[in-house]
Formats: sequence, structure tokens, C-alpha cells
Amino acid sequence: MIHAEPPPQTTLQALTAPPQYRPRTRRWSDVAEFLGAALASGALVWLVFERLLPYDVHVVGFGLCWYALFLLTYSLVVRDGHGRVVAADRIMAVLVGTGALAAFAPIVAVIGYVAYRGAKVVRPTFFTENLEVTGPLSAATEGGAVHSIIGTLEQLAIATVISVPLGVLTAVYLSEVRGRLTRPTRLVTDAMTALPSIVAGLFIYSLLILQFGWGFSGFAGSLALAVLMLPTVTIAAEQVLRVVPGGLREASLALGAPHWRTVLSVVLPTARAGLSTAVILGMARVVGETAPMLLTAFGTTTTNGNPLNGIQDDLPLFVYTQIRSSQNTQVQRAWAGALVLLALVLALFVLARLLGGSRPGGRRRASRRPAHARPKDRQPTKRADRS
Amino acid sequence: MNNADPTRTKPLASPPDGPVRSRGGTLTASQVSAWFGASKVLEGVDLEMGAGRVTALIGPSGCGKSTFLRILNRMHELVPSASLAGSVLLDGQDIYGTSLRVTQVRRRIGMVFQKPNPFPAMSIADNVAAGLKLTGTRAANRTELIEESLSRAGLWNEVKGRLRDPAGGLSGGQQQRLCIARSLTVRPDVLLMDEPCSALDPTSTRRIEETIGELREQVTIVIVTHNMQQAQRVSQRCAFFLAAENEPGRVVESGPTSTIFDSPRDARTSDYVHGRFG
Amino acid sequence: MRTRARARSALPAGERGGAGAGSTGGPGPRKISARLTRGDRLYHATATAGAGATLALIVLIGLFLLIKALPALREAGWSFLTTKEWSPDAERPRFGVAAMMAGTLVSAVVAMAVTFPVSVSTAVFINEYAPRRLRRPLTSLIDLMAAIPSLIFAMWGLFVLVPFLVPLEQWAVDRFGGALPFMRATAIGASLGNAGLVISLMTIPIATSIIREVLAQVPRHECEGALALGATRWGMIRTVVLPFGRGGIIGGSMLGLGRALGETLAATLILSLTFEIKPRVLENGGITVASALAVQFKDAQTMGLSALMAAGLALFVVTFAINFLAAIVVSRSRSGAGVEA
Repeated sequence: MIHAEPPPQTTLQALTAPPQYRPRTRRWSDVAEFLGAALASGALVWLVFERLLPYDVHVVGFGLCWYALFLLTYSLVVRDGHGRVVAADRIMAVLVGTGALAAFAPIVAVIGYVAYRGAKVVRPTFFTENLEVTGPLSAATEGGAVHSIIGTLEQLAIATVISVPLGVLTAVYLSEVRGRLTRPTRLVTDAMTALPSIVAGLFIYSLLILQFGWGFSGFAGSLALAVLMLPTVTIAAEQVLRVVPGGLREASLALGAPHWRTVLSVVLPTARAGLSTAVILGMARVVGETAPMLLTAFGTTTTNGNPLNGIQDDLPLFVYTQIRSSQNTQVQRAWAGALVLLALVLALFVLARLLGGSRPGGRRRASRRPAHARPKDRQPTKRADRS
Repeated sequence: MNNADPTRTKPLASPPDGPVRSRGGTLTASQVSAWFGASKVLEGVDLEMGAGRVTALIGPSGCGKSTFLRILNRMHELVPSASLAGSVLLDGQDIYGTSLRVTQVRRRIGMVFQKPNPFPAMSIADNVAAGLKLTGTRAANRTELIEESLSRAGLWNEVKGRLRDPAGGLSGGQQQRLCIARSLTVRPDVLLMDEPCSALDPTSTRRIEETIGELREQVTIVIVTHNMQQAQRVSQRCAFFLAAENEPGRVVESGPTSTIFDSPRDARTSDYVHGRFG
Repeated sequence: MRTRARARSALPAGERGGAGAGSTGGPGPRKISARLTRGDRLYHATATAGAGATLALIVLIGLFLLIKALPALREAGWSFLTTKEWSPDAERPRFGVAAMMAGTLVSAVVAMAVTFPVSVSTAVFINEYAPRRLRRPLTSLIDLMAAIPSLIFAMWGLFVLVPFLVPLEQWAVDRFGGALPFMRATAIGASLGNAGLVISLMTIPIATSIIREVLAQVPRHECEGALALGATRWGMIRTVVLPFGRGGIIGGSMLGLGRALGETLAATLILSLTFEIKPRVLENGGITVASALAVQFKDAQTMGLSALMAAGLALFVVTFAINFLAAIVVSRSRSGAGVEA
């Protein structure tokens, strides 16, 4: 918060001016209190568990006890030295940090573990072969997932082509046109984001496959993905359009532009970066969907390049069927598939970040989050009663 | 200079590929009142904003100046609950009548906003030409038009080397002059300015005021300002708006700027222009 | 500007409101003729059609499920809500969602018990504790976590997290099982508790990113006001940040809950699926609606499919209701939807 002194202007001043520095809030004694409490509680727990208790304690149990005892020791130490308020501050800092660690640790662990297990199996042939002739006893490095990769790319492309124009159009309606449908559409799309993906799959399955008798196909899978993508893209796009400053619309209208040209030439280009981010994040979200694909694309071991006809595989289905097998080789292959899937998701994610990075309109990140959870500029007045 | 022809229905004062011919149009407001929902914010405004003149609208905050300005090019109706009464004539033609489309009205009556708002997704040149694109006008001499508009707005020399750069890189004052240039490209008869300098530093403000002085010969200007000195510097005529407590805004007094400032008829005008309230 | 602000908060367009405060006669409001150009009419029609199609699609899904579910609902009647078994295609069909719903609920409760504290503290950590230059990367990391397929989390849970936790759970069952009935278990590992724990990995990023974004909107001057009074960092968070973000915290958590209810794969892979109600969170067995749909649909006959539709519909209704509720909770703190920025 406190900024350092501006650099001295002249040499004369430089000779006489006191040295420049940045105020610090952390003192060594604070660090010492922290480390001391950690050490003391650790030693005590070790003493009790290793020396006094008659039975062995699991390492996680040891950790938990240490943590609990540390909190107690630390709060007592700080309370003694600085009072109750400071003690609460320190303890909450520890707790908040722990909570954050609990969120960040799994993500790193998951990515690391998938990379570790997958890299052992992924060979170039993984991208050129399918599983047609690969039996349960083949080595893990035999066979490949080309049929799944083809299926994933095709299904994703079709789903995007269907859901993006519809979603953006709906978003334009919600944020620019606004009519009687605005409220119902917004409420229903908001609630739709929690449509369980398996229910979307069930819908497509019973409508297209049972009712119309189309049979399982990659296209049916794409439709399920499109149903899942639609609310996501709509809401994210609406959010992006909404942050386009109203002044730009007014400026365009004041030049004599009709509404449609204003939207086409001013609003959408301004929001372009944000829109592409929204679309790509929507793609990243559905590319890993497994549950609805079970009911629609079904999965196979052979290559089927035609999404319109016949069962088709994709990466999530590949991973799912392999991981459920009892054969260790197949499980290993599943991790390879998971690695490829993860890489695809990461690539989409990075692409979205690059596109949304610097351009105007992309500064506010578009995310697949319902409109109601969107923080709005709020008036900080309501809480005048508290002081 | 041909004077404004009241029967003219051409959408443009001058076609974009011809020279600037117009001296601007005359805007006549008669008995203009305005509402937002059920609350009346403006009542019975009669005002003539003559060609070749700068008319300043002054008055304390919330007295309906900006509303009035927005009525003059039909931006008022963008607020869903807004309504109005009375009429506004541009060279004798009712801008709220059925013979003119709202887009034609706005094209002939341009507007510059309080905060500079160049289109961020466009380059400087594209911003200046945006009006052509947005109104679907084809102009063979786009490049000359861009130069002409930028020169009229007094910005050409500063940006001629970087027309392809994004407009966001300009300073606030330059952005505002870019917005003026953008409005000029479609050759409006009237240019409305809603406190165009309130977001700018003194130097930029002076540049804009100079620009206004130069433009006066070519286009009618109506400017809302809170700055009394500015009103004195740039305007020939002045209208003083005032709203009493819980009452709609009215024009207390209007006339030549010198009269309003030196010998106003109404005591409230005198108090306001001499900074005794507001 | 002030007049426009007033306009936004004005009552819905009063009937040509000439009778407003301070009106002193004069002509009443005139009708503004807003003739649209042909292009604008087309544009309006297209956008409306798009929104209409989206709306129709969503309504269609609900209706279709309902129609398909009707035979099963008629067959089972109210017992659909109370029956645990699932043998819809038997000679004398007996089926209901009691076990599935209970399992869904238990796993969701476990997931939320983890998600809520973790996401609130992660959001607070990113905004208030992390060094400024780490904020963006950490936010990105959370968003990345939200993008990772649930399948991968479920696999990781099955192969890494659960084996890691089993000894601890065994210890807990041995120590506390006697005193706390819900901690008792005969076989552990493939339990609703573990499934819920894995599901929390998928709900944490959703809840965190919403909460973080809301907390980032706290007016800085209010925080500085608290600090200037001598408040500690936690004091400032407790008195300014958290009260401000209450709506976002509740809403974000509820969205996470919606996701937890519909999650399929964690339960499918981790649970040993049995159609029974399992209040003992650490004991093997139990089932969730979504996992039942995933494993049952292949063998389902006519009545079985209809019954699955009914279960899917029940799930849809519950998640829909929860999201709807979240929408209302958060929208109370949402300001008017003005375009004028």
C-alpha cells in the first residue's frame, strides 16, 4: 500500500537524501513465532505418537494431529505476545493458506500424475493406430487411439458449429435486442448450466436413437455436446457483450447507424476477443464429457471417420472403457488417452488465454458461469448501518 | 455558402464525396418537455439554435440540459421509459415526424459525448470512417475524407503517421478530437456536444475549444457545459436551464452570450453565471 | 447524466406520465415514431428467433423427459419416491429413486462440506493474501482446474486419492466408529464419502472462481477504511470483504452443488454400486442418480427406459431448482441491467 519515496531529482539531493526503501510489514520475530510453534507442536506429536502410544499411527493422521496442535500452540504464542486480535489474524492466515493449498495441490498432483503415467505409454503409434486388433493381452504400447482422436475432433467441431451461432445469437438477443423473451430465456439458460450431462445424453438417446431410430452415431454425440455447450456459450457471450461500454453503442447510433450495423460493426468486433475466449472455454468444457457419449456415440475400437453413420469412439470413451478394464495394460493405455485428452484441454485453454489476453473486450475474462453469479458493479451504500 | 433550404430532404448535408458546402442547419425546439417514466424532467423549452453559431446550454446539474441535448438527435428515446412532448425542427422539418427515419436524423445531427468513446476494435482511420461503414455509405474517396475530417477536427498533423494504430493509444484529448472527426465524416448539419471537455485536462480543453471555433463556420454546434468561462469563450448564444426542487427543468433565459453574462434579465441567471450557486 | 440515472431507477414507463411531479400543464407526451429500417426488423427477427430456439430447446428437453417418464411414473405412483429397489423390467416392476436420491444427496453433502471452506479460503487467499503478481496465475490455475474433464479427476481419485485415504479412513472407522454411527463401516474405499470427495475436486474450481470474482469487486476504499482504523488483515476481511461477498459465496456454492448432483463419473468409477440407502459415508455401496443412468441404460427394456427417464427428470428438476434458487439469491445483490456503462 505504501509507496516508496520518488527517486531523488538532483545529485545534490541524492547526496543528502536518506536512502530509498520500501516499508516492510513482516518482522523476523513473526517468522520465529511461526517456526517455533511448528517445531514445538511437531516435536510433541512425535513424542506422543512414536514414543508413548502403543500402536502405529498413519502418516496422514500424524500430519493432521500435528496441524491441529500447531494451530493451538501458535495461537497461544501469538496471543501471549500480541493479543487476541492479532492471534485471530495469524490463525486465519494459516487456515486460509491451508484451504488454498487444498485447492491447488490436487490440480498440480492430477496433471503431474497423468503426465507421469501417460508418458510411459504414449508412442507415435498411439496417434496412428486403433484398437481393432489389440487384444486384452497386448502390451500397453501396442495399439493406439487414432479412432478416438478423429471422433473427438469431429464431434467437437460439429457441436461448436451448432451451438456457437445459436448461442451468440441468443446472447445478442439478451443483451442488445431485449424483448419479452429476455427474462424467461435468461432464467432458463442460467438454470440450464446445471443440466447434468448424463441427462443431456439421455435426451438425445431417447429422442434420436429410440424415437427416430437413427442408431448410435458421432453426430448424436455432437448434438448432446451442443446441448451442453449452448447455455455455456450463451451466458459467456452475453457477459462479454454486456461489458462492451454503452457509450460505443450510443456513439454508433449517434452517427446514424441502424441497430443491426451497430451490433455487427461495433459491438461484436469490440467483444471479439472475449467471444473467442468464451467459445474455446466452452469447447474445453465439453471435450472431456464422457457420460452423454456413452448413450449417444457408444464407442468402438475401429476407426469410423463418418460421424453421421455408425458408432464412433472419442477420447473420453476410450479412456473410460480402458480404465474400467481389469487388465493392467489397458489401464496403462487409459492413462495415455487421459494424457492426450488433458493435452487437448490444456491447448484449448492456453489458446483461449492468448486470444483473450490483451485485446480490448477480452480483459474481462469470459467464463462459463451463469449470469446470476456474475459480479455486477454494486453500490457500496447498503451497509451504512455498520461502521 | 448556400443557406439551409427548409424543404431539403436529402439525408446528407453534403454528399461525402463533394466539398463541404453546408453552413449547418438551424434547429428549432418548441415547447419541448420530457419525461422519464412518470417524472417530468423538462418543461416547455423553446430554443432556436441557429446555423453558423455555437449555442451553449448552461445550468446546474440535473436541470435537464443533457436530456434536452439528447432529445435534439433522438438519443433520448434509447432510455426505455423516456417520452417527450413538443417538436424539434431541423431546417423546418420535424425530426420526430414520420418523413425522417431516426437513423437519418442522427446522421444529420451528430453527437460528441462527455467521455471520449472511440471504437476500440478499430484503427484511427477506421474510427474516422466508421460513420460511413455504419450508415452503409460507399465513398470512393475514403482516404481524402479521413484526412479532411481529421484536419477539421485539428488532429491530422498529430496522427497522420499512425492512422493504422489502434485508437486506444491516443491521449484523452486526442481521442475526443478523434470522436469529433468521426462525427464530421458523415457531414452532419448540426453537432451536439455533451460536456466534451469535462474529462480532459486544460491543454486538451483549449485545443477542443479552438476546434469548435474553427468548425462553427461549417456546422451548427450545440454544447452543454458546466464551465462558465468555456461558455463565454466558445458560444455566441446561451441558454440557461434551471430546475427548482421537485420541478422539471426550464429555460430561464436565453439570448446572446454577452447579454447572458453581462446583463442578464433574470436574477437567478446572474447568480449562476457569477458562481453564486450551482 | 444525472437525469439518465434517474431514468433507470424510474418506475416502469408510467402511462405517458403527464401527471408527474411538478407538471404544470402544457402538451402531453407525443408518440415517438420509431420506424425500424428493414435491416433492423430483420435483425430483430433473427435474434428473437435465435433466443426462441434456445428457449424452446430447453423447454423441449424438460417436456420430452416428462412425456417419456409418464408410463413409469404412472406405474410406480408415489412409491417412485420411496422405493429403493430398481427392477423396472421384472414381471412385477418395483422401482424408485429413494436409494439414488439418497446417494446423490450424501455424496453432494460430502462434496459441499469440502468445497465450501476450501473455495472461500482459496478465493480470499488469491485476492487478499497472495502476492500481487501471483494473482493472475493462480486464478488461471483455478480456471484450468475447472476445465479438466471430470473423467480425469475420477480416474485420479480412483487410483491415487482413495488408496491414499483408505488407511486413514480405516483408522477413523476403528477409532470413532463405535461412538459415531455414521462412521461405522465393514468395507471401505468404494464409498459415497470417497465419491463425494472426488466430486469436490470438480466443484471447488466452479465455486472458487465465482466467489473470487465477487470478492474482487469489494470497493477498495472500504477495505482501506478498515485498515486505516487499525484493523488486521483478517479483521478487514471479516468486516468488509466477506459481508460484501455473501451473495456470491452462497450462489457460488450452490452452483457447485448443482454440479455435484449431476456428476456421473466419480460415482460410476469409485462406488461399488448398490441400490440401498447408505447413511454411513465411509462404507462401500450406494448409488447416485447419474451413475445409475450411466450403467442401467444399456440393459433397460421399455419400462426400464421410462423409469430411467423418470429418474433423469427427477435429477433435472432438483438441479434446476437449486440453480434457480442460486439465481434468486445472487440476483438480489445484482444491480439493474443497464447497458449504459
